[in-house]
Amino acid sequence: MKEEQERKKEFRTTVDGTVVKRVYTQADVNGGLDTSLPGEYPYTRNIWPAGYRTRLWTVRQYSGFATVEESNKRYKFLYQQGNTGFSVAFHLPTQIGYDSDHPMAAGEVGRCGVAIDSLADMERLWDGIPLAEVSTSMTINATAPIILAMYIAAAEKQGADPRKLRGTVQNDLLKEFCARNTYIFNPDASMRLITDLCAYCAENMPEWNSLSICSYHIREAGATAIQEAAFCLADGIAYVEAMLRRGLPVDSFAPRFSFMLACNMNLLEEVAKFRAMRRTWAKLMKERFGARDPRSMMFRFHVQNDGATSTAQQPLNNIIRTTIEALACVLSGCQSLCTTSYDEALALPSEEAVQIAIRTQQIIAYESGVADTVDPLGGSHYVEWLTNHIEEGIRDYIAKIDAMGGALEAVKQGYIQKEIARSAYDYQKAVDSGEQVVVGLNKFTTDEKVNLSLLEIPEEVERKQIERVRKLRAERDNAAVQEALAEVRRVAESNENVMPVLIKAVKTCATLGELADVFRSVFGEYREPNIL
Amino acid sequence: MPGKRIRVLIAKPGLDGHDRGAKAIARGLRDAGMEVIYLGLRLTPEQIAEAVVQEDVDAVGLSCLSGAHLTVFPKTVKLVREKTSKDILFVGGGIIPEKDIPRLREAGFAWIFGPGAPLPEISEFIKTSLEKRAA
Repeated sequence: MKEEQERKKEFRTTVDGTVVKRVYTQADVNGGLDTSLPGEYPYTRNIWPAGYRTRLWTVRQYSGFATVEESNKRYKFLYQQGNTGFSVAFHLPTQIGYDSDHPMAAGEVGRCGVAIDSLADMERLWDGIPLAEVSTSMTINATAPIILAMYIAAAEKQGADPRKLRGTVQNDLLKEFCARNTYIFNPDASMRLITDLCAYCAENMPEWNSLSICSYHIREAGATAIQEAAFCLADGIAYVEAMLRRGLPVDSFAPRFSFMLACNMNLLEEVAKFRAMRRTWAKLMKERFGARDPRSMMFRFHVQNDGATSTAQQPLNNIIRTTIEALACVLSGCQSLCTTSYDEALALPSEEAVQIAIRTQQIIAYESGVADTVDPLGGSHYVEWLTNHIEEGIRDYIAKIDAMGGALEAVKQGYIQKEIARSAYDYQKAVDSGEQVVVGLNKFTTDEKVNLSLLEIPEEVERKQIERVRKLRAERDNAAVQEALAEVRRVAESNENVMPVLIKAVKTCATLGELADVFRSVFGEYREPNIL
Repeated sequence: MPGKRIRVLIAKPGLDGHDRGAKAIARGLRDAGMEVIYLGLRLTPEQIAEAVVQEDVDAVGLSCLSGAHLTVFPKTVKLVREKTSKDILFVGGGIIPEKDIPRLREAGFAWIFGPGAPLPEISEFIKTSLEKRAA
């Protein structure tokens, strides 16, 4: 019989362009077949022996906008829809250390997240939501110590015991320098604040995740799957080393490190990536850092579907994209998941769009059956080959970054930023040329007008928030505030941990901007060289 | 403008850190033969206006994905117009709702490119718009 011609001259992975064979067999994984079971080192298949058979993943939608009252309302809505953990989006001024009335905050107030200027705002955000009972993830980095201090103080006011609080602060500045860009201070000062927070939590908040090492934003900025995984783990290594330099034993802090990853459209590649990251991290922790506690080796991860795979054209198609990406995450055994709402290429998600995103997870959980057995794709020749291949790619990058002196140095030299920008540009060119098909964008296009009801942030939000912070400054005990700020300065200039004085300071209603200004004057502000 | 290379300044006003698009466009315009000044992110309209005048560019591309475009985009154009009489072409991009586009066009933006706009389309638009202005 005559061989039929294949529809492409060659097929390639998107992880690094390696040629994909027509079929994979036992021979492709010989010698590299991982025979460990779920719950067994190196945890390739899952960190827990029974996976989702004991407990499903946490549905954790990223949310926050406008004022604390609006966000509080949305959180209560999410809770009713079956959201089992909160994930707070802060507006950019809060993330970059400006109060809402600062000139740099003009136009940004309440846009990308909720505006938090002071403890009073933080208390209102959680009004009617018992912080002792929920778990809260906060996407906050440069100002993470200040925001965590406010969260602790707000919880105390509700009568909660800070030692029992559950949640996460992102606190990952390395990826800010690589990709996300909400840094304030230089890399060294940032590392000091990060480790202050981690050390404080190691001692005082045993159930709090003090660091969420992120590759999500690295991927969103254009990295390939291998680059995403490699830069994330290289950042993880840098944090472990920084904590060890403070004299803390690895098993005292590593169990509280968690990860936040991206999930793109190539389902099998993504599954292999998650498996490879789990295995690589376990080996790094055990072999390189001598961890003994299995929890230090367990790679716990949250995934957010790649927003950059959403298209503004034919937005309902994004529901299908999200389904495929979410399926990849569940097939890989993620701990928690945020599904992208179909309108996110156009605006912050509307309530209807968020509901569909949550339902997508629930349909996978309760109807598809994929959560009934652990690592169902394990043993697939292609997935096992890809897992090994991605692990090798990660190791090559880590070796390169080690040779530069680690991730902190690689970031200072702009190496990681350049690698990401190169991949982003290559991808854009592939889309422009049609080589990379994006349905509805460069193929199967229509002239339909998008007609969705999008979430709008009213313009008076900014004015109201400005009034609120100014009123607060006028009414509080300003002598107590000044005293607290002076104390924060003294500690920042010393080697003491900043967390205890920050908790005291936020209770005087010192604002986020005032506290960030103290740090700015001690550490200076960082400006990144423009890397194309 | 035969013989003269088009000079373009790309910048991100406001606090938004999503610079993937701005960087890709900067590289795309450079590969299309333009001289590109990439000014970077977290800039005030004042800083951008100052650079636009000093660099004597023909076109300016602003990018914003945080929702602050209605504040920072028009302000930048206004400050540039106060500083120079040169007829500089302004284009914008980012996550910009359809209904905001008329206000931005009114403020002086020749075009707003949304997510998914191909690089060749953007460079072609800048070239032909500047040719029309010169004619």
